[in-house]
Amino acid sequence: MIELDVTKSHVLHQWKADSPLIACRFSPTGDHCVSTSQDNRLQRWNIADGQKVVLEGHESWVHALTFNKTGDQLVSGGCEGRLIWWSILEAQPKAIRTVEAHAGWIRGVEISPDGAMLVSVGNDQVIRLWKADTGEKLHEWPAHDRHIYSAAFHPDGQHLLTGDLLGKICVWKLSDRTLVRTLDAATLYSPNKGQNAEFGGVRSLAISPNGNEIYAAGTHKGSNPFGAVHEPLLLRFTWADGALTKSHVCDGIPGGLLYRTVALNDATVTAVSGGSSGGILLFFNATQEKEFHRAGLPSLARDMDIHAAKGLVATAHFDQHLRISALFA
Amino acid sequence: MSNRARYACGSIDHALSRRRFLGASGLLGASGLLGGVASLPSKVAGAIPKNDYRIVVFNMHGGLSQLESWDPKPSTNTGGPFRAIATSVPGIHISELLPKTAKQMHRLCLLRGVNTAEDDHGKGAYMMLTGRRQTPAAEYPQVGSVAAKMLHDDQTGLPGHIIITPGGGGGRGNEAAYLGPKFNSIHLGGDKPPQNSSKPDAIAQEAEDRRHLLRRKINEQYLSQRRSAITDAYTHSYEQALKLMERREVFDVSKEPQAAQDKYGNSELGRQCLVARRLLENGVSFVQITHSNYDTHNDNFNFHIEQVGEFDLAYATFIEDLAERGMLEKTLVVVLSEFGRTPNINLYYGRDHWSKAWSVAMAGAKVVPGAAFGQTNKEGTEVIDGQVDHGDIFHTILRGVGVDSSQSLIVDGRELPIADPAAEPIWKVLV
Repeated sequence: MIELDVTKSHVLHQWKADSPLIACRFSPTGDHCVSTSQDNRLQRWNIADGQKVVLEGHESWVHALTFNKTGDQLVSGGCEGRLIWWSILEAQPKAIRTVEAHAGWIRGVEISPDGAMLVSVGNDQVIRLWKADTGEKLHEWPAHDRHIYSAAFHPDGQHLLTGDLLGKICVWKLSDRTLVRTLDAATLYSPNKGQNAEFGGVRSLAISPNGNEIYAAGTHKGSNPFGAVHEPLLLRFTWADGALTKSHVCDGIPGGLLYRTVALNDATVTAVSGGSSGGILLFFNATQEKEFHRAGLPSLARDMDIHAAKGLVATAHFDQHLRISALFA
Repeated sequence: MSNRARYACGSIDHALSRRRFLGASGLLGASGLLGGVASLPSKVAGAIPKNDYRIVVFNMHGGLSQLESWDPKPSTNTGGPFRAIATSVPGIHISELLPKTAKQMHRLCLLRGVNTAEDDHGKGAYMMLTGRRQTPAAEYPQVGSVAAKMLHDDQTGLPGHIIITPGGGGGRGNEAAYLGPKFNSIHLGGDKPPQNSSKPDAIAQEAEDRRHLLRRKINEQYLSQRRSAITDAYTHSYEQALKLMERREVFDVSKEPQAAQDKYGNSELGRQCLVARRLLENGVSFVQITHSNYDTHNDNFNFHIEQVGEFDLAYATFIEDLAERGMLEKTLVVVLSEFGRTPNINLYYGRDHWSKAWSVAMAGAKVVPGAAFGQTNKEGTEVIDGQVDHGDIFHTILRGVGVDSSQSLIVDGRELPIADPAAEPIWKVLV
């Protein structure tokens, strides 16, 4: 068992793709990490030696990735609205299923805790549930009034959370798809009247492993959204009653946006900030309003994933690099 | 350059503020909405024949991305996440953000080889609206002022040059340069009628009529001895304001059937387009609609989804509506910006200013429909065919509404070409 110490985080590896990176996810075993890039491709990286295999099949950028529970399949969701299931462990992974799933961008794909279901959300404001192993559509329902930016299954396996541009988080009961409650994350919505700009949104949702806390990440103080002047913000809610318990802000990051947040464990939640202030890993706990540790990254980051058991963080960077950092000395 | 007219007194020494001019009689009347006389009208030699053509300019403020609109480069390093879609013209593809516009492509003409070589907002806007580079030595009139002078019939009772802009409105612009303040714009705020264009309830009509009678009498007395360019401008402003008040309903989109309002969409831009159509129907020669904002250095793609999506519905409906009403044959609709946006995608998913290879769209009047003129390279970084600039486009706009852009105005004895003589119309896009 690795003893984590996030204050000792450091970059272990960096591997270069052919185009600026967009997203990244670890496989369940942590043996691989998959990234996506602005040339519409995916890259499977072997963590042991950095060997890269390129996957082609999307006609647009890919923001949404998730592995199945056994790790032999990856599902990617593209901005063309397409879901692709990949046989990700093969020497040259193949697309084993392609589904035209959404009208417009897919912004989030997640696998349910039991691995049976897949959820996809995006700009068509519709939530779609899929049978993870066959791609059969199980349910769909119009869920939000604006683009849906993020989704997360609650660890109890009974609930789904979705967040939109306006900072509205919906909690859905999976058995009958009824709306249980909404959480107010409107501070993540930073419209700017002078620029006539709609900006912000719940860019990422995460839930603590024990299911007690909800994290919503994005940006606030969008004084100049067109000029990338906005600050990172992470909101912490209590699952039991949906109450906002903490607004985690960060000093000295005038151009920051949290692209993703991941619960490292029940005590620590991690987020990655991109934007004009550069790439920064931020670590928060329940007692402090501001982060208890931050780690600068060599280049602006756009996505992040954590493999907690191995103590690794993967970050996808504009400078075309996938970086693997250690969360231990 | 002098922008003074030659009137009976032979000078403008008698020029004085409007408030001072009217102050003696205590009259301000309806001209509050037409304030801001900024320059003096000039005498123009020769009668200019009017025609019944109209111009509408969509000013995509901040710099619309050509890659997210008229010249997509999907699956390239610069293409971004959006795909290209087929249009009603085989072989011409535009961004998937414009699905409704794609169905109107047979009515549009794209200029894909625009190179204006100016990445500054203000300078770029000046160039696109005047057809010239800004210099300290001269001020040139914007296309709206030229259209008002060359096309507008004063008998309509409405101004010839109207700019619809988000937010506040009221007052006049200052775009006419040597053409004189008569051809400055009236600004409409959003989809609202001009400010102060209704008579206060507290003032009875009879009293209002008496006030204007007195004003005219004093004016006449004054003008009989001291008429000048500026006094004419004042008089024109007041009389135009009164006519505009009488025709205030033209600006009221609620007069349109609900179906028409629904068709244009529930957005400020949709309502502005509907106002524009009503203005055209009632004889206004030039309407500029500002759609803001496209200056997307950050999060370009999310912003363009929102902005272009709103534009697509309103614009496509506008084009279709004009065509169905038989108005497109006499109305030139131009979609321009101060520049385009960089093919390069920056660190924060943004695109910056780019004037070397971008696009303008035209439709209607004497412009060839269903065409794309000019071409950029594979990644959209430079023009490889059919390069044009702001001067060429200015000529083309005027020619597109039947105005000989090679002619000159004689102002104070000086010959002033309407359009830059160094440029010329893009003949291939004109019928």
